[in-house]
Amino acid sequence: MRDLEQELRHAQKTPGVVGFTGAPGSGKSTLVDALVHLLRKQDLSVAVLATDPNSPYTGGAILGDRIRMQRHALDPKVFIRSMGARGHLGGLSLASREAIRLLGAFGFDQVVVETVGVGQSELEVAAVADTTVVVLTPNQGDGVQMIKAGILEIADVFVVNKADIEGHMRVVTELRTMLSLAAPRSLGGEPRAWKPPIITTVASREEGIGELWAAVLEHRRHLESSGLGRRLHEQRLKDETAEVAAELARERVRRALDEDPGLAARLFDERTPYNTAEEILDRKPG
Amino acid sequence: MKVRARDSKQAWKEDFEASAARDDGIETSTISGVPLKPLYTGDDLPRREEELPGQFPYTRGIHTSGYRGRLWTMRQFSGFATAEETNRRYKYLLANGQTGLSVAFDMPTLMGQDSDAPTSRGEIGHCGVAIDSLADMETLFDGIPLGDITTSMTINSPAAILLCMYIAVAEKQGVSASGLGGTLQNDILKEFIAQKEFIFPPAPSMRLVVDSIEYCAKEVPKWNTISISGYHIREAGSTAAQELAFTLADGMAYVDACLERGMHIDDFASRLSFFFDAHIDFFEEIAKFRAARRIWARWMKERYGAQQERSWKLRFHTQTAGVSLTAQQPELNIARTAIEALAAVLGGTQSLHTNAMDEVLALPTDKAARLALRTQQLLAYETGVANTIDPLGGSYFVEALTDEMERQAEVYFKRIEELGGVIPAIEASFFQKEIADAAFRYQQELEQKRRLMVGVNEFTVNDEPPIEILRIDPKLESEQVARVREVRKKRDQARCSNALSRLKKAAAGTDNLMPYILEAVRAYATEGEIMQSMIDVFGTYTEQAVV
Amino acid sequence: MPQTAVRPVRIIVAKVGLDGHDRGVKVVARALRDAGYEVIYTGLRQTPEMVVDAALQEDAQVIGLSIHSGAHMTLFPAVVAELKRRKATDITVFGGGIIPDDDIVALKKQGVAEIFTPGTPLQTIVEWLKKRFPEGA
Repeated sequence: MRDLEQELRHAQKTPGVVGFTGAPGSGKSTLVDALVHLLRKQDLSVAVLATDPNSPYTGGAILGDRIRMQRHALDPKVFIRSMGARGHLGGLSLASREAIRLLGAFGFDQVVVETVGVGQSELEVAAVADTTVVVLTPNQGDGVQMIKAGILEIADVFVVNKADIEGHMRVVTELRTMLSLAAPRSLGGEPRAWKPPIITTVASREEGIGELWAAVLEHRRHLESSGLGRRLHEQRLKDETAEVAAELARERVRRALDEDPGLAARLFDERTPYNTAEEILDRKPG
Repeated sequence: MKVRARDSKQAWKEDFEASAARDDGIETSTISGVPLKPLYTGDDLPRREEELPGQFPYTRGIHTSGYRGRLWTMRQFSGFATAEETNRRYKYLLANGQTGLSVAFDMPTLMGQDSDAPTSRGEIGHCGVAIDSLADMETLFDGIPLGDITTSMTINSPAAILLCMYIAVAEKQGVSASGLGGTLQNDILKEFIAQKEFIFPPAPSMRLVVDSIEYCAKEVPKWNTISISGYHIREAGSTAAQELAFTLADGMAYVDACLERGMHIDDFASRLSFFFDAHIDFFEEIAKFRAARRIWARWMKERYGAQQERSWKLRFHTQTAGVSLTAQQPELNIARTAIEALAAVLGGTQSLHTNAMDEVLALPTDKAARLALRTQQLLAYETGVANTIDPLGGSYFVEALTDEMERQAEVYFKRIEELGGVIPAIEASFFQKEIADAAFRYQQELEQKRRLMVGVNEFTVNDEPPIEILRIDPKLESEQVARVREVRKKRDQARCSNALSRLKKAAAGTDNLMPYILEAVRAYATEGEIMQSMIDVFGTYTEQAVV
Repeated sequence: MPQTAVRPVRIIVAKVGLDGHDRGVKVVARALRDAGYEVIYTGLRQTPEMVVDAALQEDAQVIGLSIHSGAHMTLFPAVVAELKRRKATDITVFGGGIIPDDDIVALKKQGVAEIFTPGTPLQTIVEWLKKRFPEGA
């Protein structure tokens, strides 16, 4: 993987990455399917990375996004990879970021990342995508108030899907009110220059998709012209490096505890996890 | 002081609770999960006016004379490979006492495809007869007078086409459509829900169903235009209550659609028929059938305001449960089928198909098919169960269970209404999820041996001898392909393409499509070509699958 | 113990051919999930090309097919042939459905790893997979 990474650093193509997140049942997969259809009409190649949660007990998962995109089966310019979140609290496995770079290297024009909105996954998507689309629906329980903290900050575009259902205008209005009151800040802390538009769609009828894509492109232009895109990209590389380090460290600690019974015994008897962890990390790896 | 004797019911209760229960871990609820008491008494008998057969709401049967007046029709579903082979099997069954014909079509035909379509390869003739055009239909019924028998055709998305073919064959025999009797399954809603043989999206599919009902009301008045089915829903894994509720809800959706078309309820309601499963949990099935009649009668009379009695009477065909059959120790399937058939008869079915014992593995052999028919004859003529009408009426248990089934169905009707009706519920995957959950639950119960399948998860044997099964000669596939190509070559091309383009134009409009389809059929347009003309206008449907 | 440290085995399950009886394949999909596998159900009316293409895109180790229509002697070999054409013969193919014993023997000779007939406990399928992939993917 590391050798491949080095080769890829020199790959020319950097595809745009748009991320979709939202509660289960918001119609994300149908929306992504409609977007892929639109992009294909423009003869663009698309790769889709769709994540579903794994069961925390069994580790298994039914990855149910591919089946929502049946009509693109056998289209050589559409690639779909279903991924399990694999216990990664954020909803996107660590491998996703590597996968995205690979997809770019293989020449895909656009990359779409989709993840179900549980846990902290919205933040995960935002860390990976250039443009984050948050999908809401009219029948989302007790309305927009229930939306978790963080959504307003990370959304670059809001979609209110299933706009044919009664109550969708209420969601749009509530969202607009919240946005005007909250003056959201970016992940870096500065007040945002970008005002996230609210797009209404009926994904099952492919309505509003053109407007959605136009909003995404507009956001990309903003990232480019403001220099924000580059700054985010650099921050992400740093963050990802830190996460890889954390994952490697985690593996080392687990392996050490499994393989060194003496160490484990001492942990149980007298030492704290902090001391044990430091001891392991101080050792030479291998 | 005198010691008062215990009330006998109380005594029984106390003694029962003090007695030892079996410790085998087997569930005591019905196979659908309905909890059952160990004993039902007079206290469980619902308090209502005594019900009688042939009287609203028909819980005890739609006919005053029950099987004393007329036995159920022994209608064995049959069809395989080519029209010629199937014609031979039909003559064999008719000669052996079968009283009505039932046609099974192969997968390509069910899916509206011609035998020479690329996706038909390997699928021809396996689960039924291949019908590509009127020519095959003529062979299928060669020598069988359509005016003298009734025929049931199990087909859904292309149902209108097959009905037109039947009408066209009858024409050639000199039998007018008004004299034809039979049933068309034609129940597209359950395809979206369970069997998945849909082609067009829901709205145009419903239009075609209403077209056929409307057409038959005038031109083929003795024909049962639709067989609203619970069988497939049950086979897909639903509970009995779901089978009952989803089927009747579908029925109401068809009624609504016909009323929207401007038809009057009494013009078509009496020709709607139903098709249920007869599963292995004996009493639950009997209660289900009785509840079905009562619910439908009430809704037809009270909700839809139907005036004529025949509009209130639910008529149904039953098939014994395919999913209850085992590949292991398959002779036991004969017993299973007999018990299930008995439930259907005690439930008052109008017609019955009994499965053959080898059907788990493949289409039945002649011998197995005959045995299945004989099972019905045994019930009808040896057991005496046909001598009294609704013999279980008044049973504390059966009446209580009938009421419970009715209650559970009404709960489902409310939920479907809340979702906006059957089609919105289909699109929300409501039915499909209920069914998948029930199927998984049952499978887990089997895995945990809380329910048994004899020969499968208990009482197994090793090294079973192979059962002789019927094999389709692969040569028949290439012959069928050659046949359809021959038909296309030989027909009047102008007449055919005119008919198809008129059909296409009509599909884009609002005319009843039946006359257009009939004309295309007469011109020897193939099934695939007729379907394609409509697909060009209606499009096709992909389901939003839920696991 | 969840397989988060080990890469889970990924399985494509599908129905090839025209038959729409999906009760079995859905029950199996759930059981495989409960046993720790990552399962991708690609749906009804799949062609051999679609199934193999999905398996390659998803980097699946296993393909499970469900066929109730009698067309298994055409469709299973077609999937095996397509895997060969796409140079992916390391992918295991197994299946279930209405398939007579003689045909099972013939299919195994043609490269199908195992066929599970009606009535097979789900646990049997899971155990077979675990034996085949003891270390995960």
